Amino acid sequence: MPQRTAEIELRLLLEAIYQKYDYDFREYALTSMKRRVQLAVQQMGTGCISGLQGRVLHDPAAFTELLQYLTIPVSEMFRDPGYFLALRQQVLPVLRTYPSLTVWVAGCSTGEEAYSLAILLREEGLLERSMIYATDINPHSLERARRGIYPLEQVSGYTRNYQEAGGTGAFSDYYVAAYEGALFDKSLREHITFADHSLATDSVFAETQLISCRNVMIYFNKGLQNRALGLFHESLCHRGFLGLGSKETLNFSKFADRFEPVLADEKVYRKL
Amino acid sequence: MNGYRALVLGASAGGVEALLHLLPRLDGLDLPILLVQHLPQDVPSHLAEIFATRLQRPVREAEDKEPLQPSTLYVAPPGYHLCVEADFSLSLSREAAVNFSRPSIDLLFESAAAVFGHQLIGALLTGANEDGAAGLRRIAERGGLTLVQDPQEAVCPAMPQAALKLFTPAHVLSLDAMADFLLRLE
Repeated sequence: MPQRTAEIELRLLLEAIYQKYDYDFREYALTSMKRRVQLAVQQMGTGCISGLQGRVLHDPAAFTELLQYLTIPVSEMFRDPGYFLALRQQVLPVLRTYPSLTVWVAGCSTGEEAYSLAILLREEGLLERSMIYATDINPHSLERARRGIYPLEQVSGYTRNYQEAGGTGAFSDYYVAAYEGALFDKSLREHITFADHSLATDSVFAETQLISCRNVMIYFNKGLQNRALGLFHESLCHRGFLGLGSKETLNFSKFADRFEPVLADEKVYRKL
Repeated sequence: MNGYRALVLGASAGGVEALLHLLPRLDGLDLPILLVQHLPQDVPSHLAEIFATRLQRPVREAEDKEPLQPSTLYVAPPGYHLCVEADFSLSLSREAAVNFSRPSIDLLFESAAAVFGHQLIGALLTGANEDGAAGLRRIAERGGLTLVQDPQEAVCPAMPQAALKLFTPAHVLSLDAMADFLLRLE
């Protein structure tokens, strides 16, 4: 039963990572976790998952390498433009009534969504009284997010997204070509705090009006999804907004009746 | 009904026409059907709506963590891999493309094989690439039933042929014969 053996090895590996490094992947959705670990086994040449476990336990650098496989750093600016258009047209007019705004981008990866939201808030005249907390568990991703430099070849796609998202300016006003990439405006960055935070092990750190957590909980099992949603529910102010990925839903979670969908197509919910 | 619990389908080029031929003939089949049809990435797909108007069964574009319901057709959304979890719920993922495809047929087939074992039926239809062949072989290795559209009939024979090159599926059938065969299983 090689399937069964691999599953035992996988659970042991995740337990070892948790005990040694405090990263808790034990409640991630197993199907894709298994695949990512198997890819790491191949690329890191450890033969089997148990071999990988040995390497990772005895060599922190190997863990850092493995972490890049376990997290999925795929993101782009204004990804799913309809989502940002909906925030601009339906959500920000409500948030405008608050004296100050706290936004949480949970699972921010390399920061593209945080910068997109900062641009959106600036164009709606709200950035000066806003703070965006962008959190992730992967220190390498957070470091890249803090730099705010993205490959130039991506920028044309970002620009198209920005326009479809209802951008009111010229996207090129927000970056300069530098360091062989597009360096994003430092004044956006002043309103973003990039920080290490785990939805699996950490607790709420601020009261927020808007939380954006898109295509992060798809990698969690139902128990961990419920934990994360519990944090969001606790963090959000009365009638605060929660944005999910376009194929995610609260319907199959414990929190289905504690939020109401405001924009079903774009998966924007409001706390009840 | 021989204990089968799900049917997984994979199709690429020429697939929509093939599915519009095959699926209405499977209206009597009570199994949940999970479908990966390759489409352009990240463009909203109307596939679920197209099938919904033509089929008796419920049709849904798959959402993350959705529990599998009998008789329902789940269509993988463009730009996401569709997989089955051990608790018989669906999961989506934005991981890198596999075989240049996202959704990838191989990933659906392999994850369903791991969960359903010999209680799974996999069918690979027309297509111009090789996605799905390895996944279908995995279904066979786990004791599931494997069907391939007759390459002679397929608009694009490459995908069925890739499976035939890799292993010997249980049956190579025209779409009509495949529908008759599946209905007789019940």
